[in-house]
Amino acid sequence: MAEPVANAAAPAPAPGRLRNAFGGVLCAFTLILIGVLAFSIRLFSVIKYESVIHEFDPYFNFRVTQFLSKNGIYEFWNWFDDRTWYPLGRVIGGTVYPGLTLTAGSIWWFVNALNIPLSVETVCVFTAPIFSAIASWATYLLTKEAKGTGAGLMAAAILAMVPSYISRSVAGSYDNEAVAIFALVFTFYLYVKTLNTGSLFYATLNALSYFYMVCSWGGYTFIINLIPMHVLLCIVTGRYSSRLYIAYAPLVILGTLLAALVPVVGFNAVLTSEHFASFLVFIILHVVAFVYYIKGLLTPRLFKMAMTLVITVGLAVCFAVVAILVALVASSPTKGWSGRSLSLLDPTYASKYIPIIASVSEHQPPTWPSYFMDINVLAFLVPAGIISCFLPLSDASSFMVLYLVTAVYFSGVMVRLMLVLAPAACILSGIALSSAFDVLTRSMKFQLSKLFDDGPAISGNGSPNGSSASTVNTSSSKNEKTEKSEAAPKEKQSKKNRRKDKEVTESVSVKPKKEKRLSVLPLEASIVSTLLLIALGGFYVVHCVWAAAEAYSAPSIVLTSRSREGLHVFDDFREAYAWLSHNTDVDDKVASWWDYGYQTTAMANRTVIVDNNTWNNTHIATVGTAMSSPEKAAWEIFDSLDVKYVLVVFGGLVGYPSDDINKFLWMVRIGGGEFPHIKEPDYLRDGQYRVDAQATPTMLNCLMYKLCYYRFVETDGKGFDRVRGYEIGKKHFKLTHFEEVFTTHHWMVRIYKLKPQKNRIRGKLKKLKSQSSKTSSTLAAGRKKNPWQ
Amino acid sequence: SKRSLNFVSSIGVTVFTKRVENAGSEPVSKVLLAFPNIQAKNLAAIRAFGTEGKVKGLSSVLPIEVVEPSGVPPELTFFSASLHKPLQKGKILHLDVLTVFTHFLQPFPEEITQADSQLVVFQDSSHYLSPYPVKVQTLSIRLPGGRVESYTKYGNTKLVDSELKYGPYEDVPPFSYNPIIVHFENNNPFAVAKELIREIEISHWGNVQITEHYNIVHGGARLKGEFSRLDYQSRPYARGVSSFRHLIARLPARAHSIYYRDEIGNISTSHLWSDSKKTQLEIEPRFPLFGGWQTTFTIGYGLPLQDFVFSADGKRFLNITFGSPMEEILIEKLIVKVVLPEGSKDIDVSAPFPTNQWQEVKYSHLDIAGRPVLVLEKPDVIPEHNLHFQVYYKFNNISLLIEPMMLITGFFLLFVACIAYMHTDMSISKNSPSYLAKLQWDEVQATVQQIQGIFHQCLAVHDKLETSLHDLSRTGDAKSCKAARKAADAQFKELAKELKPLLLSVQSSPQSYQIWPKLDDLVAKERELQDKLMARHATVVDSVEKKQRGQDIENRISSQQQKIAALRQEVESLLEYLSEI
Repeated sequence: MAEPVANAAAPAPAPGRLRNAFGGVLCAFTLILIGVLAFSIRLFSVIKYESVIHEFDPYFNFRVTQFLSKNGIYEFWNWFDDRTWYPLGRVIGGTVYPGLTLTAGSIWWFVNALNIPLSVETVCVFTAPIFSAIASWATYLLTKEAKGTGAGLMAAAILAMVPSYISRSVAGSYDNEAVAIFALVFTFYLYVKTLNTGSLFYATLNALSYFYMVCSWGGYTFIINLIPMHVLLCIVTGRYSSRLYIAYAPLVILGTLLAALVPVVGFNAVLTSEHFASFLVFIILHVVAFVYYIKGLLTPRLFKMAMTLVITVGLAVCFAVVAILVALVASSPTKGWSGRSLSLLDPTYASKYIPIIASVSEHQPPTWPSYFMDINVLAFLVPAGIISCFLPLSDASSFMVLYLVTAVYFSGVMVRLMLVLAPAACILSGIALSSAFDVLTRSMKFQLSKLFDDGPAISGNGSPNGSSASTVNTSSSKNEKTEKSEAAPKEKQSKKNRRKDKEVTESVSVKPKKEKRLSVLPLEASIVSTLLLIALGGFYVVHCVWAAAEAYSAPSIVLTSRSREGLHVFDDFREAYAWLSHNTDVDDKVASWWDYGYQTTAMANRTVIVDNNTWNNTHIATVGTAMSSPEKAAWEIFDSLDVKYVLVVFGGLVGYPSDDINKFLWMVRIGGGEFPHIKEPDYLRDGQYRVDAQATPTMLNCLMYKLCYYRFVETDGKGFDRVRGYEIGKKHFKLTHFEEVFTTHHWMVRIYKLKPQKNRIRGKLKKLKSQSSKTSSTLAAGRKKNPWQ
Repeated sequence: SKRSLNFVSSIGVTVFTKRVENAGSEPVSKVLLAFPNIQAKNLAAIRAFGTEGKVKGLSSVLPIEVVEPSGVPPELTFFSASLHKPLQKGKILHLDVLTVFTHFLQPFPEEITQADSQLVVFQDSSHYLSPYPVKVQTLSIRLPGGRVESYTKYGNTKLVDSELKYGPYEDVPPFSYNPIIVHFENNNPFAVAKELIREIEISHWGNVQITEHYNIVHGGARLKGEFSRLDYQSRPYARGVSSFRHLIARLPARAHSIYYRDEIGNISTSHLWSDSKKTQLEIEPRFPLFGGWQTTFTIGYGLPLQDFVFSADGKRFLNITFGSPMEEILIEKLIVKVVLPEGSKDIDVSAPFPTNQWQEVKYSHLDIAGRPVLVLEKPDVIPEHNLHFQVYYKFNNISLLIEPMMLITGFFLLFVACIAYMHTDMSISKNSPSYLAKLQWDEVQATVQQIQGIFHQCLAVHDKLETSLHDLSRTGDAKSCKAARKAADAQFKELAKELKPLLLSVQSSPQSYQIWPKLDDLVAKERELQDKLMARHATVVDSVEKKQRGQDIENRISSQQQKIAALRQEVESLLEYLSEI
């Protein structure tokens, strides 16, 4: 027994290195597979539907990318778009977050420089899946910094298929969030990395990554508030170190300078309250750094004296500064916060003051089921992850916990921010699963080795014999283990490393042993719980695939329904946009509710009055007012806006629920917010919104009702609305100021044209009518003769 | 002379059948055909077939060219058909001339509502506009059926079913003109492609990819007023009769990977039938086309290479139809682009009719030099132009391998670069602290590994001691046991000697702050373990020498035993930890 051990001792380093190399290759291979998984799980939309841009905002981004690839970067920055917000226009270059567009534009440029003929559309469609793969790798890095390779791989695998993220990044969902989540996670990774190493190199990279995030998404304020919070937490808990300083100070300086370069942010980077916290913490950090410096210089007694002196003076100065700041901030009406940020801090704010923000469904607070839909079993694993983070609380793991807690709050305010929660939940679940597997496999290993040892222990009584056998056993079984158990010791090692960083104590070496001994579970229990955990993971995978395939891959511009005859395709939106783009004049203006603005400009290439960039409330309110006014008033509003066509979305024939009638109350509300003659109660019968026989006359005479239900009754003779589930109130009516020019196959989009202004002579005619009947009759006869008029 | 006009489709087709007699004294080698400029402008195709002799026999195609004879009115355009051999005096020639006119039918009224059917008007002369005197001539006009609104009536005009007959007229002098107007209903699809770009891309990997970009307009009477989907859906034949909702494309057999889309995505309304002879694709535009409405779309399909590209005399040639596969479509401007593979040379084309030609270069799929593109342009293309044309070129199969080789080389270089990067030291300064630190760290690691080796040897010695004790309990040979202890002691001393310089070097290195405490710990523990082991060994051997009972020995060393076990475990875990660094 002794001999082989003695022999093995000499070549021991070689297998160790080989094992490390093997582990590295396995890890890299796993990461590649995770990337492939993240990419391919998002291709359901392409396979089930087609390679097409989805929904609303992506169409705008697509259009901007097209412009960028056609006209180049300088034209892009100076782009004044006269095809939206007619007659105001919109300065696109200064009001978009350019990160996504520039990313896709450079991918396109690169691919075309290699003479690979990919269209801009293809590049845009696949940008989101590519970046999800990169985001899962970034998650690996971040989690690895906090808890080691095993947890990192686990978290990356979980993030690759978390439904919440899939919902925003399926192929075709070409939206800011697709690249922003990568930027968010990567910025956090670089922050934690800097915090762990204290390297200025990473600090600079961190500022650059933050810059990319600022370019990509308005959610960058989350970073610039979360990191100061963490810095503050570290200071308060007495974890100040020079590494903390290096991690934070360059980020604030460089990051703010870089952020100010992005036109859409500009001076907001120093002026608005969202960024205030970062500067405050910056000052605090310097004060603390100074105190630590002084502490090193002075003797304890002198230091105490200096402290009292500085604190009295410093507090006075601080109060003065804070007072000035408060006064400055309070002087602005929104307290220096933007509407969206305010609605985050005060969830009831938007519904009270900004109906436009409240009207968007993704700005509503989520329901409980949506948590289970979007993060599924992670919701149960997260608490375990938090506990695991606390076991040895390091700077990195405290950051994870803080990230999770804030993200949970924000996701509770807005459904959309569930997306920010997703990476946090994935990281903590990855940590939880990895630690669980770690404990379970270790105790299994231990118990198994004991089981094998029992034989020799009975025959001979020497325990050393047994223990040497166990070492052999362990090392051999280790080589057979998969990457999970492979990763486990590494994780332990990094954990220990970090603790060493802080304080070099002898006790460290004892602690892990204690842990080891404590966490030995019975063999059966550990096997069963491993199987249960694997089953839980399997359940999660099944759910994710289902969510990716069924729930989140519909492009929403093409709808399908399954019936007995097979798949039925509703392609009405594109039918209408194609009609508009080919059969109306290039400069005609199309009015519709703002939801369809981006699609109309991108797909039909026609000028719209309002679009999804809801920057001008009054303009939207004008359209809302027109839609809720009677025909003549609406005609006048539209005519004053030079509108030629009005587009409404109507789902009553085929039962498409998110149509304009269902959105109509928001039009009334938003219109009424600016133009008081539109009153919401006029459209409600006893506080209930309805369009059946009980509906109010105002409702039944407004333009939206008329345009939606024009000649609807002739389809089935009753006018049964399949969305609302009842017969409509007013069935037979004629349009006087509008004429139907196009209705799509399933009636989902109806386009009307404003009738031209009546001839002056007819206006006179009415007056003349009373005076002489003779002139009028001849005129009328003249009109009749000309059937083309 | 007989003349018949066919207006069943939306494109006007005229067939003349003439008996030409040479009444002069000289042999004639050319026959002149005259058309008014207005018609000649829209003349899409003209073809003449001549047969000499009285009986109609095998006819031969006659070459036709535009001529401008002197002393004729400038409003006329003349074509001359050259006979294969001059027509002798008194001989008779049968001449069939086929002409196809576009825009021959004008919608009237020009704007109609959805409910109206489309009326068209046609103007011509009832006499054939001939530069020669005509003895007898008739004119018959085939109409598509349906209502005939009005027609010019002369003496001998008959309307039978859907055929309108003028004549016979006898002894008509040259250039006589007798205007007629026919106004009738025609609801055939007036599909006009404003522009069609056909791209034929040859890949010698086995595919001919054809992509056709259509810009189609309904060329008939324009829709006026409302379009009501309700009327269109509930009474499609009564309302919207002038519109068309689908087009049929007859693609070659074995066409595959067919797609149909426009710039905003796939269009799902299409049907495909295929058999061994042809593939029929029925496509519906996104919306029905009413008069004046237009739409654009793209269809694409792949064809097997061996069906269309052949080789002859060291050259390869593509043999494929020129026009669009769509039925009954008038193309105002057809551009055919033949994209030949990269590296093709000596490009030559033979087309059955004159076209504008030029060459371009297209870059695609990792091209370096680009692919030569032969562009043919022809205005006013009608289904009659759907003839085969040939493109000859030279291409070496070796060129096929260029791109795969390029990729292989590229990836190879990438991997080589990776390997080189991993094996070279890229640090900017050899004196930089991080670089020095790395070197020192490597050194420390090497030393630590040596130290580990020593400790493993120590442990082995421990095991030897244990075995000796074992042997003692079995044999009671205290002497050999003592000898073993002595040997072990010597070995321990030797190992300690070896260990010392290593430990010193680790301690002195600035990079060891992480492991030093562990090492220190390890050394201390191991020393303790050694002492304990020796002590126990001594005790056991002593007691055996004093012949004490086994039970007593057990009692005496039991406390030591536990400590030893604990220490051993600690040492092992420390060693394991070190090996993981």
